[in-house]
Amino acid sequence: MQAVQHSQVPKVIPEQAVDLDLVRSIIQQYKTLPGAMLPVLHAIQDAIGYVPASAVPLIADELNLSRAEVHGVISFYHHFRQQPAGRHIVQICRAEACQAVGSEVLAAHAKAALGCDFHGTSSDGQFTLEPVYCLGLCASGPNMQIDDDLHARVSSEKFNRLVQAKRGAR
Amino acid sequence: MNAASSVDAAVGAITIYVPRDSTALALGANEVVAAIVAEAEKRSQPIKLVRNGSRGMFWLEPLVEVATAAGRIGYGPVEPEDVAGLFDAGFLGGGAHRLALGLVAEIPYLKKQERLTFARVGVTDPLSLDDYLAHEGYAGLQRALAMAGAEIVQEVLDSGLRGRGGAAFPTGIKWKTVAATSAAQKYIVCNADEGDSGTFSDRMVMEDDPFMLIEGMTIAALAVGATQGYIYVRSEYPHAIAALDQAVSTANRRQYLGENILGSGHSFHLEVRKGAGAYICGEETALLESLEGKRGVVRAKPPLPAIEGLFGKPTVINNVISLASVPIILARGAAFYKNYGMGRSLGTLPMQLAGNIKYGGLVEKAFGVTLRELLLDFGGGTVSGRPIRAVQVGGPLGPYLPESLLDTKLDYEAMAAVGGMLGHGGIVVFDDSVDMASQARYAMHFCAIESCGKCTPCRIGSTRGVEVIDKIVAGQVQQIHLLRDLCDTMINGSLCAMGSMTPLPVLSALDHFPEDFGDGAADRAA
Repeated sequence: MQAVQHSQVPKVIPEQAVDLDLVRSIIQQYKTLPGAMLPVLHAIQDAIGYVPASAVPLIADELNLSRAEVHGVISFYHHFRQQPAGRHIVQICRAEACQAVGSEVLAAHAKAALGCDFHGTSSDGQFTLEPVYCLGLCASGPNMQIDDDLHARVSSEKFNRLVQAKRGAR
Repeated sequence: MNAASSVDAAVGAITIYVPRDSTALALGANEVVAAIVAEAEKRSQPIKLVRNGSRGMFWLEPLVEVATAAGRIGYGPVEPEDVAGLFDAGFLGGGAHRLALGLVAEIPYLKKQERLTFARVGVTDPLSLDDYLAHEGYAGLQRALAMAGAEIVQEVLDSGLRGRGGAAFPTGIKWKTVAATSAAQKYIVCNADEGDSGTFSDRMVMEDDPFMLIEGMTIAALAVGATQGYIYVRSEYPHAIAALDQAVSTANRRQYLGENILGSGHSFHLEVRKGAGAYICGEETALLESLEGKRGVVRAKPPLPAIEGLFGKPTVINNVISLASVPIILARGAAFYKNYGMGRSLGTLPMQLAGNIKYGGLVEKAFGVTLRELLLDFGGGTVSGRPIRAVQVGGPLGPYLPESLLDTKLDYEAMAAVGGMLGHGGIVVFDDSVDMASQARYAMHFCAIESCGKCTPCRIGSTRGVEVIDKIVAGQVQQIHLLRDLCDTMINGSLCAMGSMTPLPVLSALDHFPEDFGDGAADRAA
């Protein structure tokens, strides 16, 4: 049960369909924590898949901050997304330990296979490709993560297999 | 997901261990578990399945262990297709098989280590408090509860423990400052956002022995009089966050945390907070800003966090391994701990062999082992089979060392003497196919992505650094002078380690591998 709580499986909800009551209830749930901003943002992104622009004034209001401060926090952290992502998030580690065993070759392969650059989404909307700087599996690189699942020693062939399995799952 | 933490505890059931550590999961541990459960059911063989931590021998993961009268026998690396064959070979009785490794504790890689902090890691079920208690867990807290705060601080001072995060500042001094500062509220903060590539010891502690970290923080709270603590964990470590959440809730339920700990009258509340993918938040003051709900921008020091830290209150902020080293120091005493190590580097350091290495994993040894011993005796050289060309020690801000410096001993002073740093104990190996100009460029690029932006040398210098290296590689070797100048500005003008240490990998690449930056003639003339 505890693994699901921190799930980063994105949900594709367009901005106009965001349930602002849900956003309000999330803010209410966390606003009394000291330093509540990050817990609030995490909970919103976990529920909606990103932090929609319409959430910013609500957060600012409840936490007694300016909208600029809230926006400043969201845009500072790589983890927070301001737009919906693809159905699956593919993260490839680009840090040194993975570079030493070929992560740049894997990254080039991933870009070609998905037809998008880092921070982009494949044209079918299935996969968003993101760089990540260390998943902590540094003795068995190159490493990647698809949604909640970690994968070590990823070759181009293994990448194709994993992506294909995700495609087939839906 | 950690389905099936214990499958069947029927009478006569044989205990099988399969790790739940992230690396084991990334290599298919859950699939192996599913195959074992299915095969055992098919054969009506009662088994008890324990999801232990990893022993840190990652080339053997998933490492399946079977409890026998002689001890725990290992098989690995196991793939789901191997499982039926293992049953056929009688592995539940320690039977011979192609993947058999014998007694796990006797595997030389493990046997040659001096595991103090990592003594339980891989052995126990990380989420079982009873298992923790059965393996010396909370012995340190029990002793600390009978001591005055000042005595606890003295014990940590006497142990010689220095911060394992990079700056190597004596942990006891930090605690003493917080203890001596009077305030209505004090905090203990664990910096679990040190995202250095090549390091995974923090992640292993949190996933594979989380109660040890909780115990260390509780002892720190008693020592300085704090009642609230936070573990700020990188969002890149979801399994660590899940394990800590569960361990904290168990510790609360069993009165090892919360109000009136074990009836002692002391209280300590602990909360796990998730970071958000900013490398700079591994810097202690940026982390505090982030915990307060702001952008992770570094603060100028002074004031020290020990005096004005989280929410302006006195705060002990230590890294995971520092806090995780505390329980054994309290349990066995300062004298026991400082008996390990050399010079002013006392105790043990969990070192991590990563990158292009045959036997990558965690090696905890007393300070003083050489890089060569680690890379060859433990690591077995490169996984590619090609010669080692460069080794980066201490994370992305650590310099690249050439083969000729591999006889350097790993202690803080010896490393500093050759321009190196020990940092977090992460060691990343590159073979001779590496292009050091591109590694130097990467260091600048990483700084440009991750700079908090507060000071100009780091914010602008890193972007200019990328551009200058591009020009050098394109043939303008005279720009090497400019790059050295820029590095000098960053080293001397930056507010924190991000800007002031990014030049270390860059300059070390220039110094030791000039041939990768054009002909290097301009540099030698400098």
